[in-house]
Amino acid sequence: MGSIGQPLKRKEDHRFLTGRGKYTDDIVRPNQAYAYFVRSPYAHAKINGIDKAEAEKADGVVAIFTGADLEGIGGVPCGWQIHNKDGTPMAEPPHPALCTDKALFVGDEVAIVIAETKAQAKAAAQLVMVDYEPLPAVSSIKAAIAEGAPLVHADAANNRCFDWHLGEKDPVDAAFAKADHVVEMDVVNNRLVPNAMEPRSAICEYDPSSDMTTLWTTSQNPHLIRLLLGAFVLQIPEHKLRVIAPDVGGGFGSKIYLYAEETVVTWAARKLARPVKWTAERTESFQADAHGRDQIGHARLALDKDGNFLGLHIKNKANMGAYLSTFAPAVPTYLHGTLFAGVYKTPAIYVEVEAVFTNTAPVDAYRGAGRPEATYQLERLVDKAAAQLGMDKIELRRKNMIPKEAFPYQTPVALQYDTGDFIACLDLGLKSADWDGFEARREEAKKRGKLRGIGISTYLEACGIAPSALVGQLGARAGLYESATIRVHPTGSVTVFTGTHSHGQGHETAFAQIVADHFGVDFEAVDIQHGDTSQTAFGMGTYGSRSLAVGGSAIVKAADKVVAKGKKIAAHLLEASEADIEFEDGKFTVKGTDRSKTFGEVALTAYVPHNYPIEEVEPGLEETAFYDPKNFTYPGGCHICELEVDPETGMIEVCNITVADDVGRVINPMIVEGQIHGGVAQGVGQALYEGCIYDDDGQLLTGSYMNYTMPRAADLPMMTVGNHVTPCTHNPVGAKGVGEVGSIGVTPAVINAVVDALSPLGVKDIEMPATPQRVWAAIRAAQG
Amino acid sequence: MQVTITVNNRSITRDVEARTLLVDFIRGELALTGTHVGCDTSQCGACTVLVDGKSIKSCTMLAVEADGHEVSTIESLEKNGELHPMQAAFRECHGLQCGFCTPGMVMSTVDLLQNNANPSEPEIREWLEGNICRCTGYHNIVKAVQHCASGTKGA
Repeated sequence: MGSIGQPLKRKEDHRFLTGRGKYTDDIVRPNQAYAYFVRSPYAHAKINGIDKAEAEKADGVVAIFTGADLEGIGGVPCGWQIHNKDGTPMAEPPHPALCTDKALFVGDEVAIVIAETKAQAKAAAQLVMVDYEPLPAVSSIKAAIAEGAPLVHADAANNRCFDWHLGEKDPVDAAFAKADHVVEMDVVNNRLVPNAMEPRSAICEYDPSSDMTTLWTTSQNPHLIRLLLGAFVLQIPEHKLRVIAPDVGGGFGSKIYLYAEETVVTWAARKLARPVKWTAERTESFQADAHGRDQIGHARLALDKDGNFLGLHIKNKANMGAYLSTFAPAVPTYLHGTLFAGVYKTPAIYVEVEAVFTNTAPVDAYRGAGRPEATYQLERLVDKAAAQLGMDKIELRRKNMIPKEAFPYQTPVALQYDTGDFIACLDLGLKSADWDGFEARREEAKKRGKLRGIGISTYLEACGIAPSALVGQLGARAGLYESATIRVHPTGSVTVFTGTHSHGQGHETAFAQIVADHFGVDFEAVDIQHGDTSQTAFGMGTYGSRSLAVGGSAIVKAADKVVAKGKKIAAHLLEASEADIEFEDGKFTVKGTDRSKTFGEVALTAYVPHNYPIEEVEPGLEETAFYDPKNFTYPGGCHICELEVDPETGMIEVCNITVADDVGRVINPMIVEGQIHGGVAQGVGQALYEGCIYDDDGQLLTGSYMNYTMPRAADLPMMTVGNHVTPCTHNPVGAKGVGEVGSIGVTPAVINAVVDALSPLGVKDIEMPATPQRVWAAIRAAQG
Repeated sequence: MQVTITVNNRSITRDVEARTLLVDFIRGELALTGTHVGCDTSQCGACTVLVDGKSIKSCTMLAVEADGHEVSTIESLEKNGELHPMQAAFRECHGLQCGFCTPGMVMSTVDLLQNNANPSEPEIREWLEGNICRCTGYHNIVKAVQHCASGTKGA
């Protein structure tokens, strides 16, 4: 049979295409009430009092709760602790689920209004009178670190969350001391709003007779939500809290975290013993979903006279927002600093990151999470180095790349790459993009009055997170293994329960391909279940491109256990020794004979154990496995962007995007290409269109699709996706991960292309997003 | 106010508040939850339905405005267990990932092909200006529409 490697159509598509998907907001519970949140209109304000009397009298109001009502419950916790250079822990101010004495960003949750209908809840929320005393706010990194800046948290001096470093400074200093060339640049990594198309939603129901709380929520990791919400905030024991993440309409990181809203909705549903439902309006998503990126930094690269990289010094600042979101501290540190070797054999690297609080929404992992920021900085710097040294940008990259013979390769920033072939990806990308033919296209465009540019990025990322013991040392307050249970039914069909969660990635299809091939059963005979803590073993969910590499490996491990048990049963049935049983293509065979039992026959025997080795083997055919990764996985490759700038208007047309990636072994090429397309779109979005802007007072200026530019169909070209596979060496699937490569690899390629297009005018850099206004201004400035 | 709206070929009479949006009527009153709400500024297109055969964002219309009109939602497209050619094309070309924008995309592009049986790539992209997808980068959505159009021509 062999379904692995085939572009099988997705199992999940029929329900989505016919309107039968079941998203959280589609769920209706009997007698449910609706919640609406009162949110702070100020970035920073003292709350002198809240008068809810008039609101409580409004039509349909069931209850109104404020921070004072929540006394006794824990704050929203942070799941990762970073230590400062001096070994002391980061500042970790409390995050009350509803504001108590102060509001710290526009959109901060101040009260919850619960009413019979959503319209009534929203109307009553306008009547909640909050006595705000506005305070000076800091809305950017620069404002937060300015002398005498207002403090977001009284106990976080200088608004500093942490001051972290990685790598060794002395060898880097020595590299710069002997360098023939030093290339340096300032880089801004623009703040983004994740914008999964399904807004966050939560509906909670409490059954007093069983003391069972059920929360349906838009989550990428329902077990994590259960753990944080139950054990750390509301003190609900895990066997009495069921968290279900049904169909989820995209996540991109923003649905990893435990938020204030589902916390308060759960608390209120229990308090009222009545289902309570909340669904964000898009405006609320803009205000209160965790945002992404938002770093500023300075990078210095030391090179010898021949262009060999000698040392790299990174000094960055990261915006954490007003509170620490679940994984926020990991993003600009271990998911970021570790990436600065990239695909290059730079011998000495030192990374310093200072993280600050501001009066803005919390910032956490967004597709790529720390790795796009590092990749952007590095790949812009390499392009600048090529320009400064007068070297070809491809040759400079090629000469500094880690050759494939060097694996496993230990970087100076903690990671050990297991495998890869960066030069092969580079060559594939160059050929596929017809790099050598570009100058003719530039000339042709010039005749049409357009400035055509080409840009490249050669990159690597670390995903498949991650070895639990390692991340524990680095500050994670969780393990990062994954679970799988495989239940073989009596007639040989199979249900797989995975601890990962699919919200667009196609697990129901790709995971079924793995299991179908493993057991030699039909693809249609395998069903994948996920998202319900009452069904699946404790799993860590989906983020960091981990589901196939880690969750798929757990599935393979469980499948191996099923086969091992099946061999015992088959040995009995075939009156052979267990050691003589082979399993292949769905058949247990006595080695060297034609005597065999099918997978289905063995399954049936396991459940109808009349003729069965009952003393040695239990009935049934169901196995659970937990897989803890041995290392990160390292996808990477080469992204090339070609675009044209209209010098009169600053408008950019992206002409084509070429991807040559190594994502390890591919289970379903259709899904893999789709993941790359989507990531590329978000990466192009960051480069050219998207930017979350707060004004100096902390007002969110980009609070809707009217003023935050989401990439639309006409903003993007068709993409060419190629693949050069080197399988991951340390997991049984051989997969490296594909979810984030697009958003990591393409962004610097786009900006390198913009700069390349404008370089004949003397433009050397441009800030993201490279909007027509910015491009036009850069052209005008260059022309004097 | 009382309204009578033909939804998916079924005549439905209900009392609605004057402020009820058509999308809330479809989702809340009729429990046709295939039509989604992705924004509050009529930008995303997840709520696209056909009203008298034309694609309309159902968040831009009041239920009372639909009184006496015919509304078709995503649930109406599959006939006798057969996907509509556009639904089939989205499946064939992997034009969907999380599925949230999908009903709006399908309804919108069904209308596109009614207007233009053989749209060019730029025409498809231009038409989709009012439908946002965060998952696919639009590549496979465009291919799905092209795939459907090529099939439609032959039929």
